[in-house]
Amino acid sequence: MMEIISAGFGGQGVLTAGLILAKVAMDNGKNVTWIPSYGSEMRGGTANCGVKISDDEIASPFVKNIDVLIAMNGPSIDKFEKNMKPDGILIVNSSMVKDRQYRDDIKVVEVLANDIAHEANNPRGVNIVILGAFIKATNLLDKDTFAKGIENFFADKGKVNPANQVCFEMGYNSVEN
Amino acid sequence: MEYVLMKGNEALAEAAIRAGCRFYSGYPITPQTEILEYLSWRMDEVGGEFVQTESELGGINMMLGASAAGARVIGSSSGPGFSLFQEGISYLVAADLPAVLVDVMRYGNGLGDIGQSQGDYWQLTRGGGHGDYRTIVLAPNSVQENVDLTHLAFDLAEKYRHPVIIGSDAAIGQMMEKVALPEMEEHDIDKFHWSMKGCKKGEEQKKITNLLYYMDNYDEFLANKYKEMEDNEQRWESMEVEDAEVVLVSYGISSRVCKEAVKVARSQGIKLGLIRPISLWPYPIKAFEELSDSCKALMTVEMNILGQMVDDVILATGNKYPVYKYTTVKDVPETEVIIEKANKILSGGEV
Repeated sequence: MMEIISAGFGGQGVLTAGLILAKVAMDNGKNVTWIPSYGSEMRGGTANCGVKISDDEIASPFVKNIDVLIAMNGPSIDKFEKNMKPDGILIVNSSMVKDRQYRDDIKVVEVLANDIAHEANNPRGVNIVILGAFIKATNLLDKDTFAKGIENFFADKGKVNPANQVCFEMGYNSVEN
Repeated sequence: MEYVLMKGNEALAEAAIRAGCRFYSGYPITPQTEILEYLSWRMDEVGGEFVQTESELGGINMMLGASAAGARVIGSSSGPGFSLFQEGISYLVAADLPAVLVDVMRYGNGLGDIGQSQGDYWQLTRGGGHGDYRTIVLAPNSVQENVDLTHLAFDLAEKYRHPVIIGSDAAIGQMMEKVALPEMEEHDIDKFHWSMKGCKKGEEQKKITNLLYYMDNYDEFLANKYKEMEDNEQRWESMEVEDAEVVLVSYGISSRVCKEAVKVARSQGIKLGLIRPISLWPYPIKAFEELSDSCKALMTVEMNILGQMVDDVILATGNKYPVYKYTTVKDVPETEVIIEKANKILSGGEV
């Protein structure tokens, strides 16, 4: 079982990032749950979703002990870093979060996601850059399978944008082995 | 099997469409609004009627009218909105009309809050409206069951000419899971002998009325209807009950955690079992016939303050066993706590 939180400001695509993870994992035979946090949030406040991916049946959809945290901004780290499992992976959008101390029992992967998306001429693809880094860092699925999954996800919505593949590729390559 | 990834609420709405439902009237309220939102465009696609009414009161009474005309109708709400349905439910029962009503349970009394809860058990199973009635209540515990039980609800509502309620909750409604959708089914609005569809000269005039008590045998008629439901519509899932020493009783989102708890407990040598009511009414008393001599106690696991299902378990077991409860309010129950409490029950400690 992999337990994931994807968190950031509303509008950064964190819910969609979680949704793509869930969809591609499902299409590759996994059981998945995806649940958004919702409540009386302010505009510009935080948004997050919890995703569980497993070969077995999933009990509660709510994520308590995080294997992988996607943090698109500082408040997401404030809120969720403490709930990460030891040896968990924290994927940080380092375009937004700089000069920060992290727990020393987790693996931190810093991705200049906004800068990369800008370079790829696809500023709305920040979350796709992050997913590239996610796949490299976690090996959840192989790179080509996941790239194809992203393509299918947007094709189903009738929104094919080749720059998404560029973002995914650049995000993937931004993580060192 | 082809799966799609869908939100519980949206899957439920699509299931209604595929069961031939072509009428929705209701009012938005979190956490069920996706049902209304989805049907606002989907009904249009399939040539059905979608009405956002001025309140839930208007909504349920429009449903009553559409049902009298022979349509498959659905309404959904939560919390205070579902309370506003109650008068209409009593009227639907009185007029002998089918309808499917969904309560996506949210937390609390009064306005409460928008998170998941199982606090409406009494309202669902005892009836919040006036009079002398029961309704079948189905409790899904997954997005797939939201689909399957919605289809079943329409069939049962039609079979008994009676409203059927789906008791879902915010977690089941908001979460996405994989789901297999059934084929599209057509409903012939004119197929009933009893529905209002105009009257030709010389034909017997039909009447849909909430004054059924003018019938000579109304009491017997209603009593038989409930008896038939109790005999035929008990639904449940059992897990490792045969030799269980502590049997959990839980439905909806909480029951998923109980399943996990049974697996974990068994791996630790603790004999835990689970009865998951799928029909909350009629309560699945037949499930409790499977309890063995090794059963020492039962424990309900539910998301409300008072342990609303405890009474039904006591009734179903003839007061033969102690019945404990593990209740949570806003958070879903936890596997570790279930096992800890089962251990305390078995060691005679305070639960």
